[in-house]
Amino acid sequence: MADENVAHEGHEAVVHRHEPPKSFIRKYIFSLDHKVIGVQYLMLALAAVLVGMTLSILMRMSLTWPDMNWPLIGQIKPDQYLALLTIHGTMMVFFVLTTAPQGGFGNYFLPIQIGAEDMAFPVLNMLSFWVTLVGFIVLIFAFFVDQGAPIGGWTAYPPLSAIPSAGPGQGTGMNLWIISIAIFCVGSLLGALNFITTLLNLRAKGMSLMRMPLTCWAWFTTAVLALLAFPVLLAGGVLLFLDRNLGTSFFVPAGLYIKDVIQPHSGGSPILWQHLFWFFGHPEVYIAILPGMGLTSHILSTFARKPVFGYRAMVFAIFAIGLLGFFVWGHHMFISGMSPYSAMAFSILTLSIGVPSAVKTFNWIGTLWRGKIRFTTPMLFALGFVSLFVAGGITGLVLGQTSLDLPMHDTYFVLGHFHLVMGVAAIFGMFAGVYFWFPKMFGRFMSEKLGRIHFWITFVGVYSIFVPMHIMGIVGMPRRYSRFAENGQQIYLFLENLHPLVLFVTIAAVITFATQFIFFFNLFWSMFKGKKCTVNNPWEATTLEWATTSPPPHDNFAGVPPVVYRGAYEFAVPGAPKDFIMQTEPDGAAEVEEVASGNGHDGHKH
Amino acid sequence: MGTMVTSTERVAQKKIGVGGGKRPVGPNGGPGGNGHGGDDAFGRFSPSKYKIGIWVALASVTMLFTALTSAYIVRANSSNDWKPLDAPLLLWLSTALILASSLTFEIARRALKRGNSALYNRWLMLTVLLGLGFLASQLFAWRELVAQGIYMASNPHSSFFYVLTGAHALHLLGGILGLDYLLLRSRRAGLEDHGEEKRQAMASSVALYWHFMDGLWIYLFLLLFLWR
Repeated sequence: MADENVAHEGHEAVVHRHEPPKSFIRKYIFSLDHKVIGVQYLMLALAAVLVGMTLSILMRMSLTWPDMNWPLIGQIKPDQYLALLTIHGTMMVFFVLTTAPQGGFGNYFLPIQIGAEDMAFPVLNMLSFWVTLVGFIVLIFAFFVDQGAPIGGWTAYPPLSAIPSAGPGQGTGMNLWIISIAIFCVGSLLGALNFITTLLNLRAKGMSLMRMPLTCWAWFTTAVLALLAFPVLLAGGVLLFLDRNLGTSFFVPAGLYIKDVIQPHSGGSPILWQHLFWFFGHPEVYIAILPGMGLTSHILSTFARKPVFGYRAMVFAIFAIGLLGFFVWGHHMFISGMSPYSAMAFSILTLSIGVPSAVKTFNWIGTLWRGKIRFTTPMLFALGFVSLFVAGGITGLVLGQTSLDLPMHDTYFVLGHFHLVMGVAAIFGMFAGVYFWFPKMFGRFMSEKLGRIHFWITFVGVYSIFVPMHIMGIVGMPRRYSRFAENGQQIYLFLENLHPLVLFVTIAAVITFATQFIFFFNLFWSMFKGKKCTVNNPWEATTLEWATTSPPPHDNFAGVPPVVYRGAYEFAVPGAPKDFIMQTEPDGAAEVEEVASGNGHDGHKH
Repeated sequence: MGTMVTSTERVAQKKIGVGGGKRPVGPNGGPGGNGHGGDDAFGRFSPSKYKIGIWVALASVTMLFTALTSAYIVRANSSNDWKPLDAPLLLWLSTALILASSLTFEIARRALKRGNSALYNRWLMLTVLLGLGFLASQLFAWRELVAQGIYMASNPHSSFFYVLTGAHALHLLGGILGLDYLLLRSRRAGLEDHGEEKRQAMASSVALYWHFMDGLWIYLFLLLFLWR
């Protein structure tokens, strides 16, 4: 504000280019460029998702054939199953669902979409990536220490997680888990700080808040959620660490026996951890899904060749979801013995999230309605996102009600619900992002043919995996159990009839897993051999990232700051020469059109 | 041309609509611009960047201590092993030191505004010393408790005492690093673009953080020894 008077030499573009650093290390490793950091985040998430997926396949194998001696890994024992489960959850939630949509795409495209040269604090940006990477490495280490990885689940409920002698992996492995998560919190906070400051402070001339692409709104809201949620997890993690290592009693109750040994702790409250954890944990769900929502709006509009239906409503819906997300954590704890009155309050608030979610879904359909839809691969994944979000979200309304949650809690129903809505839907958002922005990031197209094959198998695959889980849950199959059969004998008679379904899910999971390698191949092959993208704007989109070269230069706009004249989604503007008007196109052009088409005005009357 | 016919009116309507507002861009980033107008981008120095950054960082610090406070309150009421400590006398010294440091920081900033660099450096140095004095005083308060046999795990109140004061001390250490950075920078201020402006902006951001740490300490003191 202070330099408002100084800043205006006029409209002529002042070119002061920033050259990229010359040395390899400064350019690609310890880079300050938000684009390089974004790609680094994406690569980290790619590594993490490979680990996470592999673990989930191992879990399915163990569930379906519990007595099998597998080559190389041998039989998967119950405590190993729990370790797989813990690391799968942690890896996916933190290092994939939080890292890729926000750290990856957000880092790469937020500055470009608002017309900035880089993030507000490039050094912090670099630090946030390297800190996150250290967290990842520490978590991987947990597999290789004495007694292996922790078995407490990604929620790390005490007292199990607070007592080192409680089980294999609860010693060093659990400590490493806490350290990894604490490091991750710090990294995310640095990132969130950067996102918020950048968006508030570095927008290009004319880029008012309500002209921003919805992706930017989504990243911004996500950053606010991360900023306010991660400190709470950090606080909880510190207290848990002290309980484990310095003998304090924040979470460990008095008179606790573990393996017939009474524990020295007194008077702590395990429920306190649940409150701290889920106060973070519920916003975390939206941290994972909101960027996907923003991107879906963006892509639907681009490929339906229509403006986003109800832009302002979309912005408010994102905000409402983010805000409400902070007041519903109790719905994860209905069976913790909370007062029915608090449960009622949490339940009503939870169900009310259905309203902004429905607004978003309605507006997505409104955007598609009578559009000239182009079924490209990114569009398919965005449509898949809508489908999965609805399918997974609708069971949220079931689980949000205390009376239904009580029998359903900790069954496969919950598993099916959250995997669809926050897991796979968010992943579809990322796929859409990769296919959509790949030409911009690497100057080459990904193969559409492979993309379509990838989409259809994955789409059918994930439904085949997670819809049956709802049925298993209704029958009463408990989650987190490592064994339902032993020596060929069913342990729980009432689950006997489910075996074919369990087998079906496993087969679907293996096929879907295998299909992802088509994607990996497509990704890396296209990076070097894909069809060249020589134009700035291959999708005929409107936002600023398409106004610069593919890939963008080091300072994004080659030293010429973009000026924004209009909203983000001006598709199919009547009377315009093309069916899209970029944000950088000055008003003049459209004004002329208006005059030109003026004579048709009275014709409209009949 | 049928499409064009319907169109004009819809274009006219769009002027009110949001997604497609066609407001002209004025010299200052246009009416579309807002408080922090985006035209600071591209190599231009923006002092508000530091201010926004610090406020955002303080929001997250607030959440950290809010979480610890809620844990404190829940834990205090969840069992009968809560035995509040008496405040070590040294904490009053700490309080005096940190209050004084806020004062010296403000004097330093006033000197900077008047352009008196030497005075600024001197008062800044004093602020650093007072900050270090605060940390030392906290450390001695801890040692005093340890001498009485009160450890981290002795009872829940002592656990919270160590956690809260420790977390605050860590954050204050960050503030001291910030002050050191200001001292280092003030040597180079004249050498770069916007040197003076940048120095002012950074000083006021670090000051904001420092005063927040001051207020946070008062809050923690009250929470720990008044709440019980």
